[in-house]
Amino acid sequence: MTRKQTRTAIILASLAVLGLAAGLILYAIRDTIVFFYTPSEISEKAVKPGTRFRLGGLVETGTLKQGENAVYTFAVTDTVANMPVSYTGQLPDLFREGQGVVAEGVLQADGSFVADTVLAKHDENYMPKDVADKLREKGVWQEGQKGTNP
Amino acid sequence: MIIEIGHFALVLALAVAAYQTIVPQWGAWRNDGPLMASGRVAALLQVLLIGLAFVALTHAYLTSDFSVMNVAENSHSDKPLIYKISGVWGNHEGSMLLWVFILAIFGAAVALFGSNLPATLKARILSVQGSIGLAFLIFLVASSNPFLRLLPAPIEGNGLNPILQDPALAFHPPFLYAGYVGLSIAFSFAVAALIEGRVDAAWARWVRPWTLVSWALLTIGIGMGAWWAYYELGWGGFWFWDPVENASFMPWLVATALLHSAIVVEKRGALKIWTILLSILAFSLSLVGTFLVRSGVLTSVHAFAVDPARGVFILAILAVFIGGSLTLFALRAPSLKAGGLFATVSREGGLVLNNLLLSAACAAVFIGTLYPLALETLTGEKISVGAPYFNLTFGPIFMPLLLLVPLGPMLTWKRADVMASLRRLWWAAAAALALTLVVLALVLRGPWLAPLGVALGFWLMLGSAAELVQRIGLGSQPLNIVWARLKGLPRSAFGTALAHGGLGLLVIGVIILSLWKEEHIVSIKPGEQIPVAGYSVLFKGIEPLHGPNYDGRLGRFEITRSGALVKEVVSEKRLFRPRGMPTTEVGLLQAFWGDVYVVLGDEGANGAHVVRASFNPMASFIWLGAFVMFLGGLLSLTDRRLRIGVPKRAAVAAVPQAAE
Repeated sequence: MTRKQTRTAIILASLAVLGLAAGLILYAIRDTIVFFYTPSEISEKAVKPGTRFRLGGLVETGTLKQGENAVYTFAVTDTVANMPVSYTGQLPDLFREGQGVVAEGVLQADGSFVADTVLAKHDENYMPKDVADKLREKGVWQEGQKGTNP
Repeated sequence: MIIEIGHFALVLALAVAAYQTIVPQWGAWRNDGPLMASGRVAALLQVLLIGLAFVALTHAYLTSDFSVMNVAENSHSDKPLIYKISGVWGNHEGSMLLWVFILAIFGAAVALFGSNLPATLKARILSVQGSIGLAFLIFLVASSNPFLRLLPAPIEGNGLNPILQDPALAFHPPFLYAGYVGLSIAFSFAVAALIEGRVDAAWARWVRPWTLVSWALLTIGIGMGAWWAYYELGWGGFWFWDPVENASFMPWLVATALLHSAIVVEKRGALKIWTILLSILAFSLSLVGTFLVRSGVLTSVHAFAVDPARGVFILAILAVFIGGSLTLFALRAPSLKAGGLFATVSREGGLVLNNLLLSAACAAVFIGTLYPLALETLTGEKISVGAPYFNLTFGPIFMPLLLLVPLGPMLTWKRADVMASLRRLWWAAAAALALTLVVLALVLRGPWLAPLGVALGFWLMLGSAAELVQRIGLGSQPLNIVWARLKGLPRSAFGTALAHGGLGLLVIGVIILSLWKEEHIVSIKPGEQIPVAGYSVLFKGIEPLHGPNYDGRLGRFEITRSGALVKEVVSEKRLFRPRGMPTTEVGLLQAFWGDVYVVLGDEGANGAHVVRASFNPMASFIWLGAFVMFLGGLLSLTDRRLRIGVPKRAAVAAVPQAAE
């Protein structure tokens, strides 16, 4: 086998693997990404029930309730609008009322949000960057407030 | 005073790094022996100076000297000793100092052990290594100085983030950093070879042990990180496809590819240009990883306090090193002579396929990690890319690679017969299939992917064993010859088999844990129990908890199996005093077939607590697999060939080989 034939074979194999990878990546990017919204954006952008997305904001003070069998309900707010959330499972250690939170789940037909993941952060003063950015846009939250990065 | 000495040593190290960058390179250019040799002295001096700085900072942590800002912000006087030490690298400044320290250690190692390297190549390697050190020392001194004083000194420090106060995490960063930074040696070798315009078998043999060390350290470092996430973070998973995890995984994938392609350069003189490119990419991805973790551009569960100015600085370092090396590559690579011929179906061809699949897998991870970032910068739209993306892209690319791993070592160099190689593997395939059927008969449930994963794992383990069996002629030769061959077998052969077999263990652990996990989250009172996978978890009660630097409550649980007590475990809710930060400790029963994992949650009405109990089948196989792969790497490293067998550069190699 000559060098040229080997080279052709390698180039063809590379193209095949690259094509496969590119196809998979494009398909997966279209189908598996989730968007990030704050409560007021859900009505602004007319998000349809059944959509999976990440909900970010502050846990509204006084709304956290523990129901039967580890079902928690609370409201997430960006102070313009709020969104009732229910979650079954254990809440992360750093989950607290008045603090930032990111929950991933599905919007229900009745306008509530059922979360299957509530994200934990590693730092007690950590405001999720997405939440901070969005809240800053809304003018609710400023740098240096409690909940900023030290 | 000691802090000022450390600070001074750091600045002095910067000057030495500047010398190390310029003078040996100049010496190599002029072919001036003493100038080139001075690079060795500079590399040794640099490790001494940075070591001194590191010791000075550690001393400040041990003595809880809160007049040092870094110590005041990240330490506390009643922290246990081990976490005072690990606190040194549990923050941005300290971890960058550790980064530079390890970089200097690797540089000094080349200076010390590289006595058989040609003088010009060695001088150039040390110069490139020095320039990386220089860039990061400037970064340290200018924007991340750990030696700044704080006036007036506070009486007590802020404490280390409690989640980092854990034995596995104390040692996870040094291993991971050593792996990351170790790849800088392959990078320096590649850049030096491009400047010299020469890559041959000897070059590959020199660069291989360094890659092997980095790969082994990365493997064990990532394994420790996964283990920490599993039992400390308390969500029961071990891998989140989080950007920071991916940042360590991408260099691992490319280092694995490099490890394999360097074999082809060493044995056959082919794939030179590709290997050089991989050496550059592996370290570039380490730099990208450092940028992602340290710049704060990421929304990540791991992103600690960060500062955008530092991000810009690291981005500049990134641009200079990646851009510079790739430009040099584009200019010089075409002049490298192509090496040995091989047929498409051959050991070389197999290794090319290995490299293709590993690179494609790395590309999928790279795009998934950086796409949200790019999209946000370009359109302002915020998205997240999670596990579903990676399962859909990484999985299908990696599966065929795993399937082909046992076949690779069976192929012969230059030209191979696939059917003959497969015939030598038939018993391994049959045994893997039989074992899978046994597993299926025992556990008949769950998605179809699970038995496939089990089969793949067994195939990897038995296939690697088959290669050894084949090489020593077990079953075809008389026993005395088998014994003689076994003794004569190079250690790298055992290393390869171990690493590939360890991968099999890992695959079984990952797939079974992901697909056959059983979890119950219920609200129970003391005296009640949760049945999980044949075990029963009895909630005994709650007690108050007082630790050295935390308070809280603990829940006692009795794990029984068919009425007999297996183990009593404790899950704790800790509230760390200095920061008022809560953490959870998992109650864990580890067994061969799987772990029982108990997590105490919030208190509800009338004394009930939310308790999560899960059975994580084959979890220990993941850590065991990573450890076996690490051992395989170490064993290969002790191979005679790499220890002393570095060949004299053949005079013939200097003559341009007949290209096509």
